Amino acid sequence: MTRKFYLLAACVLAWISPAAYAELRIEINQGVERPVPIAVVPFGWKGSSGSAPFDVGALIAADLAGSGRFAPMSRGDMLQKPTRGRDIDFGDWRILGTEVIIVGQLIPTGADRYSIQFQVFDVFRGDLLLGYRLPTDRASLRMRTRRAADMIYEKLTGIPGAFSTRIAYVSVVRTGGKPTYRLIVQDADGANEQRMLRSSDPIMSPVWSPDGRKLAYVSFESDQSEIYIQTLRSGARQRVSARAGVNGAPAWSPDGRKLALTLSKSDGNLDIYTLDLATQVLRRLTDLSSIDTEPVWSPDGRTIYFTSDRAGGPQIYRVSSGGGRAKRVTFEGNYNARPRISPDGKQLAVVHNDRGSYKIALVDMARSYVQVLTKGPLDESPSFAPNGETLIYAAQAGNQGVLAMTSTDGRIHRRISSVEGDVREPAWSPYPVN
Amino acid sequence: MKLSKLLMIILLLGLVAACKGPGGTVVDDGMQDSSVAPGDSGGAVSSGVGSGTMGEGSEFTEDMGQHADADMMDNRVVYFEFDKSEVTGAYADMLAVHAGHLMSNPAMRVRLEGHTDEQGSREYNIGLGERRAQAVKRVLMLQGVGADQISTVSYGEERPAALGSDEEAWSLNRRVELVPDM
Repeated sequence: MTRKFYLLAACVLAWISPAAYAELRIEINQGVERPVPIAVVPFGWKGSSGSAPFDVGALIAADLAGSGRFAPMSRGDMLQKPTRGRDIDFGDWRILGTEVIIVGQLIPTGADRYSIQFQVFDVFRGDLLLGYRLPTDRASLRMRTRRAADMIYEKLTGIPGAFSTRIAYVSVVRTGGKPTYRLIVQDADGANEQRMLRSSDPIMSPVWSPDGRKLAYVSFESDQSEIYIQTLRSGARQRVSARAGVNGAPAWSPDGRKLALTLSKSDGNLDIYTLDLATQVLRRLTDLSSIDTEPVWSPDGRTIYFTSDRAGGPQIYRVSSGGGRAKRVTFEGNYNARPRISPDGKQLAVVHNDRGSYKIALVDMARSYVQVLTKGPLDESPSFAPNGETLIYAAQAGNQGVLAMTSTDGRIHRRISSVEGDVREPAWSPYPVN
Repeated sequence: MKLSKLLMIILLLGLVAACKGPGGTVVDDGMQDSSVAPGDSGGAVSSGVGSGTMGEGSEFTEDMGQHADADMMDNRVVYFEFDKSEVTGAYADMLAVHAGHLMSNPAMRVRLEGHTDEQGSREYNIGLGERRAQAVKRVLMLQGVGADQISTVSYGEERPAALGSDEEAWSLNRRVELVPDM
């Protein structure tokens, strides 16, 4: 059962913000067995003249469709186009088999001020499920519309939506054999690209600060690995680690004050350290001749999970973030690496080798149980959506690096294809801080 | 097989070397490239092929040993098995020639660039590439090369010598390159 939806919302928006253009395209390979039939009626425009500056309804419909859980009706099939609850004839929508109807209006409220007003109804009962008014300015119309989609999604599924979040990733375009690496940030629905950095040398391992305002990453621009922190809004960046040897795998502590990172120093042996960003105090957490790398903090900041090959092949271990003895976490399979922890702290997403194929798997930490979610053969770099419902990861399709998403229950699979070059190392942002 | 592999490496190295032009690293500020970051000294892989011994081959007086050494000096890549970092005996002669060359030229330095294939996670592969570079460093030091003449860097799977997702490409990518460090 293949269901395809191309989210070309960015095209709709091109005239709102000329800087926005889509480089990624989301395709649903497998949605839920029976996506909920919904109708997102075109929003009314209450301006005294002209047409609406933004198609709110189209973006809400596209976001809900992109989740794989909903099947929005096409506008051409709608018998009526109400923009307020009192104008809905629920009988007509019941005949069409619609279960949920969303109506709304975009209302100008002042100079560069608007109000997005929307209502969500259960068609069978005629009940109002959610009614809301979101104030916004013109520049934030798109962002606020995604926020509305988040709220609707939560009302309908019980899971907070993540449409208003963003994805950072690395792209590589080869021109005549010469690679250009880019660090890119994009809306989670694949639009609104923002290029952060361009380099002729590799860029690796982007991670978000807990407040979503900065990225830490590895750059080889000085012919060795170095860790940088870059602020999204200003583009300003700061080099935070350029010690001899490997400087890699940055991971932000939940309070944003420290980085866990991997250093080899001069002896060439990779170990995990924490670096206090304000005081520059470095603390060593592992001290073995094995490769110890890919740290990630637990949500409470007390534990650091990491990859180590101290027992032969790479496996996941944990250690107190204050130091101490490390304990092994994964035992199933001969290759488990690059852990990312679920927002509730109960599961790890890892790269798991299953009979020669690299797949994304979930490790339930209470039961040490491993659930393989993807098909491989070269899947890597899983990253949780902040609602814990979805993982984005890197895969290969026909010798091209692509991004893909899977729901953590394995029911929904989406592929995000790049228009140009290889894309890799996706990192899902936290919820935006307002 | 061996020769074609070598040829491929030479071609690829040549390509990479040729490519490393202005390039550099630039902060993208929305649409426009704004401030230029510090850094790029213009040579992540400044590895050329050959090393100055190429032109000396025509003299009749040179003995066979020197010819062999010149060939060995052109050979600058050590390959590894999957997930392994042991330098096999096949590279003993080649590394001995490099070690000898470094010892008789104390001002010379070599940069050991460790690489892996694309399988598995990227940062773990940085560790594996570093371990491979360190393994070659140990071999050179055992021959008597000073530690101050050797530097290492790991690119993991980030700079493949061969593109492609099959064993042939992977075997060419699991390597350490000996790069003259000027």
